[in-house]
Amino acid sequence: MSDGRPPKIVVRGLEKSFGRKRVLDGVDIDCAVGESLVIIGGSGTGKSVLVKCILGLLHPEAGAIRIDGVDTVGMRRADRARLMHRFGMLFQGSALFDSLLVWENVAFGLIQGRGMERAKARRIALDKLAAVGLGAEVGELRPAELSGGMQKRVALARAIAAEPEIIFFDEPTTGLDPIMADVINDLIIKIVREMGATAVSITHDMVSARKIADRIAMLHKGKIVWQGPADAIDDSDSPFVDQFVHGRAEGPIQMEVRAV
Amino acid sequence: MIAFLASVGAAFFGFLAATGRLARFALMGLAAGLRPPFYPRLILRQIVYMGYYSLPVVGLTAIFTGMVLALQSYTGFSRFNAESAVATVVVLSVTRELGPVIAGLMVAGRVGAAMAAEIGTMRVTDQIDALTTLSTDPFRYLVLPRLLAGLLTLPLLVLVADIIGVFGGYVVGTYKLGFNPANYLTQTETYLETLDVVSGLVKAGVFGFIVALMGCYHGYHSRGGAEGVGQATTYAVVSASILILLSNYLLTTAFFGK
Repeated sequence: MSDGRPPKIVVRGLEKSFGRKRVLDGVDIDCAVGESLVIIGGSGTGKSVLVKCILGLLHPEAGAIRIDGVDTVGMRRADRARLMHRFGMLFQGSALFDSLLVWENVAFGLIQGRGMERAKARRIALDKLAAVGLGAEVGELRPAELSGGMQKRVALARAIAAEPEIIFFDEPTTGLDPIMADVINDLIIKIVREMGATAVSITHDMVSARKIADRIAMLHKGKIVWQGPADAIDDSDSPFVDQFVHGRAEGPIQMEVRAV
Repeated sequence: MIAFLASVGAAFFGFLAATGRLARFALMGLAAGLRPPFYPRLILRQIVYMGYYSLPVVGLTAIFTGMVLALQSYTGFSRFNAESAVATVVVLSVTRELGPVIAGLMVAGRVGAAMAAEIGTMRVTDQIDALTTLSTDPFRYLVLPRLLAGLLTLPLLVLVADIIGVFGGYVVGTYKLGFNPANYLTQTETYLETLDVVSGLVKAGVFGFIVALMGCYHGYHSRGGAEGVGQATTYAVVSASILILLSNYLLTTAFFGK
């Protein structure tokens, strides 16, 4: 996807530890403008931590993160708040606000974050719900009244409501049946293409990764051990990727039994 | 011996670190109110939840406390013919101490626990991170409305608790102990000073702030799913209760200490 333009996201030498456990150990990765980058890796390898560091939800101990060439590590709160306007995030568990109606969830960033008038924000929210295949009547329900797949769709509508430049997807298909997972994958592809957004997804679902990725990177023990075009994943020559893609217990990846 | 001293030192520094984290959290919560956007509807909602819905439990505890106080002081004072002091003891005890302390403890149990559970659940389900990604400061949206509601609501609740508590003493005094109603009211009024009521209301503001702060702090820092949220709820109630009793002593010393 590189077209000579500088990368949208640049991560260099990123390190993050929790106690004595080093989760990110010098991560280097780029994401081009309009590219769909998928980061794969086993559970507990630091995929979510990497995305949370890029979003500014966690503070790395070392390394650099640049968005459009601007260093974001140690950014002032006001600058960080402005930067957040350019991000959208789909959380693994959807993270919908259960005290609010569905349409209020979708419109939340517009009303609270940008001070948009409620009626206008509601119209946009209903449009976004329609874009993910949900009718206006769903907007009047509470998140607890929805199935897991519908909650994911609402979370997707919320992530795109403000038409962000960069969208992060954290395990977008986890916990869904294969058909609903495919529906979500199709929605992600459609929305990212229509909006021209840059997308960073993390997943261990290889079906999803193959479908939504332009490029795939594999994270293992806090380092990127392989990255390349999505269609090169089967010819990676990386024993880590090979073991992960084929789901074998034997190989260089030894699963940690205990979380730290 | 060195190991013992090391553990004492570690505990002391741990206490200092925890105090520092709590103070920083409180300052961040209050500082969030210095910049827009403001959320008056959220503050109002918290005031209604913390105040209006706490009225039954605070009212009930206040009336029974006033009634028991009248009974106990009567049986005690009758031993040295000082029954006439019952009304004065009831009104001073309720306005200075029992009104704010009992209301504070009841609100800590009812509201502080709920705050910790709600914010804790939001933490473990990524809803607080979601707030941040939606350009909304969690301190401004979640913490500040609760701190302000605690600060403003508990004095109003205590004012009501004072009236109900004194009324409870009056009911027992006049209907059960045989005091003349007019004399009881005169005794109640004669020795009551403005400072007695004001000190109780100031205490209430501090207690309300403590309840909200501990609920928000422990909820915000909860970890590890349902068990973590349960722990946060327990910590919020226990720490708020201890801090209420500790600050009550300090405030009493400040107001009435020699």
